[in-house]
Amino acid sequence: MEFDIVTLSRLQFALTALYHFLFVPLTLGLSVLLAAMETVYVMTGRPIWRQMTKFWGTLFGINFVLGVATGIVMEFQFGMNWSYYSHYVGDIFGAPLAIEGLMAFFLEATFVGLFFFGWDKMSKVGHLFATYCVAIGSNFSALWILIANGWMQHPVGAQFNPDTMRMEVIDFFEVLFNPVAQARFVHTVSAGYLTASVFVLGVSAWYLLKGCHIAIAKRSMTIAASFGLLASISAVILGDEGGYLATEHQKMKLAAIEGMWETEPAPASFTLIGIPDMEARTTHYAVHIPWVMGLIGTRSLTTVIPGISELEAHAETRIRSGLLAYDALQEYRAAPTREAVPPEAIEIFERHGDDLGYALLLMKYVDDPRRASEEQIRAAAWDTVPHVPTLFWSFRIMVAIGFFNVALMGFFVVLAARRKLGISRWPLKIAVASLALPWIAAELGWITAEFGRQPWAIEGVLPTVAAVSDMTVTSLLITIAGFTLLYTVLIVIEMRLMLAAIRKGPQPDHDPEMPLAPKALAPRNPVAAE
Amino acid sequence: MILHTLLDYDTLRVIWWLLLGVLLIGFAVMDGFDLGVGMLLPFAGKTDLERRIVINTIGPVWEGNQVWLILGGGAIFAAWPPLYAVSFSGFYLAMFAILAALILRPVGFKYRSKRESATWRRNWDRALFIGGFVPALIFGVAVGNVLQGVPFRLGSDLRIFYDGTFFGLLNPFALLCGLLSVAMLTMHGANWLVLKSSGEVAGRARRFGTIATLATITLYALGGIALWLFVDGYRITSAISTTGPSNPLAKTVDVSAGAWFANYAAHPWMIAAPVLGFLGAVLVLWGLRARREVATLLFSKLSIFGIIASVGLSMFPFILPSTAQPGASLTVWDASSSHMTLFIMLVVTVIFLPLIVAYTAWAYKLLWGKVDEDDITGGGHAY
Repeated sequence: MEFDIVTLSRLQFALTALYHFLFVPLTLGLSVLLAAMETVYVMTGRPIWRQMTKFWGTLFGINFVLGVATGIVMEFQFGMNWSYYSHYVGDIFGAPLAIEGLMAFFLEATFVGLFFFGWDKMSKVGHLFATYCVAIGSNFSALWILIANGWMQHPVGAQFNPDTMRMEVIDFFEVLFNPVAQARFVHTVSAGYLTASVFVLGVSAWYLLKGCHIAIAKRSMTIAASFGLLASISAVILGDEGGYLATEHQKMKLAAIEGMWETEPAPASFTLIGIPDMEARTTHYAVHIPWVMGLIGTRSLTTVIPGISELEAHAETRIRSGLLAYDALQEYRAAPTREAVPPEAIEIFERHGDDLGYALLLMKYVDDPRRASEEQIRAAAWDTVPHVPTLFWSFRIMVAIGFFNVALMGFFVVLAARRKLGISRWPLKIAVASLALPWIAAELGWITAEFGRQPWAIEGVLPTVAAVSDMTVTSLLITIAGFTLLYTVLIVIEMRLMLAAIRKGPQPDHDPEMPLAPKALAPRNPVAAE
Repeated sequence: MILHTLLDYDTLRVIWWLLLGVLLIGFAVMDGFDLGVGMLLPFAGKTDLERRIVINTIGPVWEGNQVWLILGGGAIFAAWPPLYAVSFSGFYLAMFAILAALILRPVGFKYRSKRESATWRRNWDRALFIGGFVPALIFGVAVGNVLQGVPFRLGSDLRIFYDGTFFGLLNPFALLCGLLSVAMLTMHGANWLVLKSSGEVAGRARRFGTIATLATITLYALGGIALWLFVDGYRITSAISTTGPSNPLAKTVDVSAGAWFANYAAHPWMIAAPVLGFLGAVLVLWGLRARREVATLLFSKLSIFGIIASVGLSMFPFILPSTAQPGASLTVWDASSSHMTLFIMLVVTVIFLPLIVAYTAWAYKLLWGKVDEDDITGGGHAY
């Protein structure tokens, strides 16, 4: 690996994004679980549910602040490290980020203060409302950031403007209802709900193993298992495969995930396992399951899924076409007025403009893409193939964890329904041992989606090599070292506080409506209980 | 989508310039007192209990306030992409220092009181001080550099090149602006503490508030004089289309002494901004003395509004001048998003900003009143 600006900028982005994404899934899911628990409290009036909400709320808070703290970095580092990207696509990409702030972050952050500080200052329903706002806010933020990210994967509704040298929005609704974004949103929040369910299940299982906080642990497990079963099924079935045929590079990603080097007749077989080899351009020892890939990928028996070689050849054609567009653009920019632009240049640009981004791939090798040699053009076409083994394995491990979680949650739903939670110890041990799995799956999911997006920052529009800021390697090394140090210290502290809070367990809680007076001991009327 | 033509491109650009001001002022007014309280933490609170009181005055609200900063980043990205790209990449290490300090803050609030250890708490108190002081200082330094112009160039494909260094940012005028920013936000934070605490803490806050306000008035006056004497302004010397495509390379610009004061000569009403900056601060001095706590906080908001507005008005239509290539300076007329994006973002803002103001106000009303010992020791959720 070379320590150039592009590599280091990518490294820093990956570090900060992967780190940020350690906290986000739990926030997404736990906020919804808190809302569910508190709803039960408000409906039944039974204080144990309030105590539960407060306990899981404490853990939520420890996790939430780091999500907030690391999220600030995400909002600013596009401008810091990816200044050409920010200029080139800010017209479209900036909007969902700003809307995320307006619609989601304010809601989430204002009400999270009331969630923690408002227990004694608000009515039961008022507080429940605050909790709902936190859950809605965090889920909305996932929606908007995935609309932004979906556009990076599948840039719809926008057009290049040669006067401003950037992409500009032409149809905002297309950006909003981008199928890739919608698929990724559902998949990501499902994964978040699953993460929180596994977390609640695992921690509760630990209490049952230790024989403490049994009432709270059992209730928590029941709610986590039912919620987690739905979430895990949704995360697996509604994986973001749905979007994989939408675009050229999504097809490339799909082929890389499958290690499918050559196009197969439809319906393609699914490679269960094998050893993909970038040098030999083949997958050794592949075990195929006939038809499955074609069915998953296309939901049809006749649609052909293109293989890596075919897509690579197609990329080369687009690079050559993009070079014509690039040349026409230079003529356009060099003309003193718009009227002075030669009409042929405009005509060529209109015909080949969609491939402009492909010409920019050559900037990895030459400053002016028009000076690229044949060899460099072929190398740039090969660059459109992501690192196959990484995608192949990340995806398989993620999916394996997904299926395992469906089984785990299903099993605990059955135990809970038959009131057998905590009877035998081995399922509890499995639940505790599974605690880290959803995080591993989430990080691998990010790698599959974003590492798999390479060499593009914006698919087909702007290659990563062209997206970076003009800066020094020293500055980048300083910030990478700084973030690494800061983030390492913080995660050590976070884990220790989290473990301490779990060890301490749920605290006795006074219900403001039945504080000390004896009448509080009278049975309450569970009017609204289901 | 033809709807966006309901508003002219130049009108939208001016509206978004005003909204840029609203966001910056919103951040300084809302998150500003959190930063100020962070800076005052080691001084206004002596015992652990006092420090917890100080932290808990902002405990329930800092999170929402901080979103003003995040929204600021997002909105600049959406409405002024070149400004976002040039300033954040140019001020790279300064931005990193701000981010590192800001990361410490949420964590500090949340984690400080989770352990009893005195060392643990003292370290977090330091972190919270840094989390207030460093952003306040650097934001001011950044504004000082923007007023002087920033050494960036634009290539023919609008790629950004930055010729400056981190230490180049720390010039005397910029440091003066940085200190002004520190003083201004300390004043604001002190006024918040006076309102939300009582006894010794409030007494100390009142004293520090008075000092910070005097410093604000002095530094603002010095800043104005230094701007007049030592800082050259910028003027557009070619024709510029206010409704043209956002291409910063299509104009010529000239550096000229006193140009930052030309707007005040052309539009005397603009003098209201600096007047408000001074007047607000003077009224803070009176309010602190007369113990009008609510009014005092309002006065410091007015002062901040006046000070920030005066910077924006002096520079209009410039938003980021370039020393290295003055013609590439970013202005309101050539550094915005497209007509359609500005319109869409305006619609979204018009819908959501009033909602945000409404529920934020509701939250503050709910949390109204002074924070005292019982709040800390009584509930389980105080920081």
